[in-house]
Amino acid sequence: MSKIVIIGNSAAAIGCVEGIRSVDKYSEILLISSERHHTYSRPLISYLLYGKTDEQRMKYRPDSFYADNMVDVMLGKTVVSVDAKTHNVKLESGEVISYDKLMVATGSSPFVPPLKGLETVEKKFTFMTLDDAHALGEALTPDSKVLVIGAGLIGLKCVEGIADKVKEITVVDMADRILPSVLDAEGAELVQKSIEKHNVSFYLNDSTDEIFPDKAILKSGAEVEFDILVVAVGVRPNISLLKDIGASCGRAIKTNNKCETSIEDIYAAGDCTESYDITIGAERVLALLPNAYLQGETAGVNMGGGEKTYDNAIPMNAMGMFGYHMITAGSYEGNVYTEREGENYKKLFYKDNRLVGYIMIGNIKRAGIYTSLIRNQTPLDSIDFELIKQKPQLMAFSAQKRYADLAQSH
Amino acid sequence: MKRIYVNEKWCLGCHLCEYYCAFANSGKDSMVNALKGVTINPKIQVEEGNGINFAVSCRHCENPLCVKSCITGALTIEDGVISFNHDKCVGCYTCILSCPYGCIMPDSEGHAVQKCELCTKNACGEPACVQGCPNKAIVFEER
Amino acid sequence: MSVKKGWYLNMAIDYLYPEYEIVRDTNKCIACRVCERQCSNEAHFYDPEQGKMVADNTKCVCCHRCVSLCPTKALKIVKSDHTFKANANWTGKTITEVYRQANTGGVLLSSMGNPEAYPVYWDKILLNASQVTNPSIDPLREPMETTTYLGKKPTEVERDKDGKLVNNMPPQLKLSTPVMFSAMSYGSISYNAHESLARAAEELGIYYNTGEGGLHEDFYKYGANTIVQVASGRFGVSKDYLNAGAAIEIKIGQGAKPGIGGHLPGIKVSADISKTRMIPKGSDAISPAPHHDIYSIEDLRQLVFSLKEASDYKKPVIVKIAAVHNVAAIASGIARSGADIIAIDGYRGGTGAAPTRIRDNVGIPIELALASVDQRLREEGIRDNVGIVVGGSIRSSSDLVKAIALGADACYIATAACLSMGCHLCRSCQAGKCNWGIATQRPELVKRLNPDVGYKRLVNLVHAWDHEVKEIMGGMGINSIESLRGNRLMLRGIGLSDRELAILGIKHAGE
Repeated sequence: MSKIVIIGNSAAAIGCVEGIRSVDKYSEILLISSERHHTYSRPLISYLLYGKTDEQRMKYRPDSFYADNMVDVMLGKTVVSVDAKTHNVKLESGEVISYDKLMVATGSSPFVPPLKGLETVEKKFTFMTLDDAHALGEALTPDSKVLVIGAGLIGLKCVEGIADKVKEITVVDMADRILPSVLDAEGAELVQKSIEKHNVSFYLNDSTDEIFPDKAILKSGAEVEFDILVVAVGVRPNISLLKDIGASCGRAIKTNNKCETSIEDIYAAGDCTESYDITIGAERVLALLPNAYLQGETAGVNMGGGEKTYDNAIPMNAMGMFGYHMITAGSYEGNVYTEREGENYKKLFYKDNRLVGYIMIGNIKRAGIYTSLIRNQTPLDSIDFELIKQKPQLMAFSAQKRYADLAQSH
Repeated sequence: MKRIYVNEKWCLGCHLCEYYCAFANSGKDSMVNALKGVTINPKIQVEEGNGINFAVSCRHCENPLCVKSCITGALTIEDGVISFNHDKCVGCYTCILSCPYGCIMPDSEGHAVQKCELCTKNACGEPACVQGCPNKAIVFEER
Repeated sequence: MSVKKGWYLNMAIDYLYPEYEIVRDTNKCIACRVCERQCSNEAHFYDPEQGKMVADNTKCVCCHRCVSLCPTKALKIVKSDHTFKANANWTGKTITEVYRQANTGGVLLSSMGNPEAYPVYWDKILLNASQVTNPSIDPLREPMETTTYLGKKPTEVERDKDGKLVNNMPPQLKLSTPVMFSAMSYGSISYNAHESLARAAEELGIYYNTGEGGLHEDFYKYGANTIVQVASGRFGVSKDYLNAGAAIEIKIGQGAKPGIGGHLPGIKVSADISKTRMIPKGSDAISPAPHHDIYSIEDLRQLVFSLKEASDYKKPVIVKIAAVHNVAAIASGIARSGADIIAIDGYRGGTGAAPTRIRDNVGIPIELALASVDQRLREEGIRDNVGIVVGGSIRSSSDLVKAIALGADACYIATAACLSMGCHLCRSCQAGKCNWGIATQRPELVKRLNPDVGYKRLVNLVHAWDHEVKEIMGGMGINSIESLRGNRLMLRGIGLSDRELAILGIKHAGE
């Protein structure tokens, strides 16, 4: 029996709790979070504004979760430092808490670049937390003109969330396409066109030259009027707690495949860490909820005395914009197979006898079968690749594999 | 735990499982009223190939990637059954992205997903697909 | 709709009108298209122009596959009331058959047993039951024996020099109940049908019969419950084959087509069939009408003993004949040939393919054949030389009881066995497109019969009959099938002429 302290209260932290409890019913778990809320799903804040969920339903786990799992929680408390030698963490309040094992699941924070004139804007927001969503929601009026800087996942989900509530929305991004980290140019264009039908206009390959209280002048010379500004250009991993005490960090905290950091008894998971992306063979930040959960769970099992490794992380995203869905995974390199029919678009990327990535837009049925090919690094010559190219299907696998999948328990 | 198992050797590709599934989950007490003039969207799907057919529905994995990936907590494990809470689902489709068997699909409205819950939430008792299979290609048993 | 299923393919005038009509309740049809997917005759299809399912009645063989699987019970098949001008002599059936032959120049082919309206003697025989004296027995409370030993019975008690009994019992087949599955070859029926029969025979403690198509290597493991058949074509016969089963049956004749041999069309000779039958793939498997080495009882005796020699005298040899005019004399000869068991197949016996005229006009009813054979062998004092097995339409446990009382030791069933596996007696086996996966070699149809289902249904049927036989025997005050055998006092005829009663050796009801 030991005492486990978890810093954080989102997917990685919850994964950690569930991982621990899958092998260890008795160790003491203390969860500390700077947010005051019961664990909630961050990606749902846009759906909250959209009206598709509410605060009760967006709870990531039921109200009884902490009690059911015998977790002590300290909400609204911020850890300011970690002392690895003495195995203590110190809170903002000065309180010192000891740990046997520590999970750092501190996530990331919105990055707000030093834009010229930004300080003059009264109603400016980031879009990351429940509090952010509440603040933005309260500011919106039917006459609002909203300028969103950043056409990435966060910026566009924000756009979807508020589109029906405001007069117009303008999105500006330096990249040449929307969702640059998720889509290729052709796919991005398709999605952009569908978003534009919802009273949203885009300025791509562009950025603000100077921002004034009610308008922005773009580098291209265009002038965009607004009264509400959302900055969603990206996030930065919250790594200072561990970086300050010498933990190995790159862009984010480095961990091994058991989710251990370079410091003994300290684990890390989620958006504050790097993952080894098997599709490119390199470490990178994969700030994705499923990834965070799986890392957290792996760490939890190991912290609880079990054995688990996580070694098949891949980038992947499922996202819908106004009912138009896209699912993507892996990296976009190697040979390409493309299919396009109306609103449906599909691209498969394969090299060295492996599927390494795919993009599906519109028709996303059974996409997970492609994901599993990437995640399992299935040799393409062991399946009927020509068949599975047409649509994801188990028929393309060998009879033995189908038997294992469909006639055996797993 | 009892699960649905499919033996492609005996699957005739008749698609009755799909219709019984759609009926069982329609909430109606007559198949005609439930399915006449309707394009069905069953939770079990038959794959057809060259002389080979088989039905696929949720495998109820012990280590379900869909549950672990679900961003809302709408997917949970209840007594081994991967259960779905429609109220919580926002239709992000991360589970569709994650399921290696392709067994979660958008529901008919397209605002949420749907999946096989072994007929635990309808009036069917034993799963409808199993009851309706004319050749015991789909069985519900411990393995 | 693709062109392959259009009406216009039937535009050539052939004077043939649909015999059946597919009636669809469009209020119930949900257009799930199960009927379309399941009809190997392609009678159903979806018409996108009308937005509904339609049917081509000309293709319907009335097999009920669609009716059985329709989830909303929207379908039924009715006999067409389309008619020719009424004529008691030239019936619609007769006229149509003439058209058919004028169209093709061919012999008319049919399957399953003779369906014509000849008398069914089973239905003109009534059973007895005890009242007051010799009280009836409750089979649920008292032991009731249906175990049957089939084979030649010794006529004398033999003792060795020390006076101890010598076991001079010739080889026997032991049946838990006096029923066996009669010969249906692998070729005429499917692998899964054979597996169902074999597994059911094993579980029931009875026997199934390979028919003349040899024995698939997968089924050697059921040998203890297998009768291997040797027919005039000698397909699949080898020393291993002869020794694989519990008994060997020489097929001289078959009730559905006395006087001619079996015929398996080349299209049904798949790779597996070809291997099992030891003939080239795709070649017609035609059995000669006679065994070319048998022209007398003496010749038959040679074959009987050849087979006994090949199997070390350990297995009973059965000789199967069709019930024909002189059946009693023929049986008498067989009983003297060294054969252990005579199997007699009546004119209602089934087939996978037979010329219609032969099936419907050749042979005699099994009831009469059995009665006269049993009588003749008794008269000649050679009844114990052989066991008697009869087939050719044993439809129920009461037929079975009547057959035993007329003198049979056991009965062969095949049509009833096929029915229990799903057969709907559409009598189209010869087309090879059996929608129930029984009389077909098409892989996509064969798989429709899951032996897990098929064998269980066979077991159920025979169990049910066994229960009923015991119930009937109990009513008669009989607690052992031995006491029923040849016990014609338990039978009375109804509506039969004196001549018929005399042949059957029974009294009329009321006597």
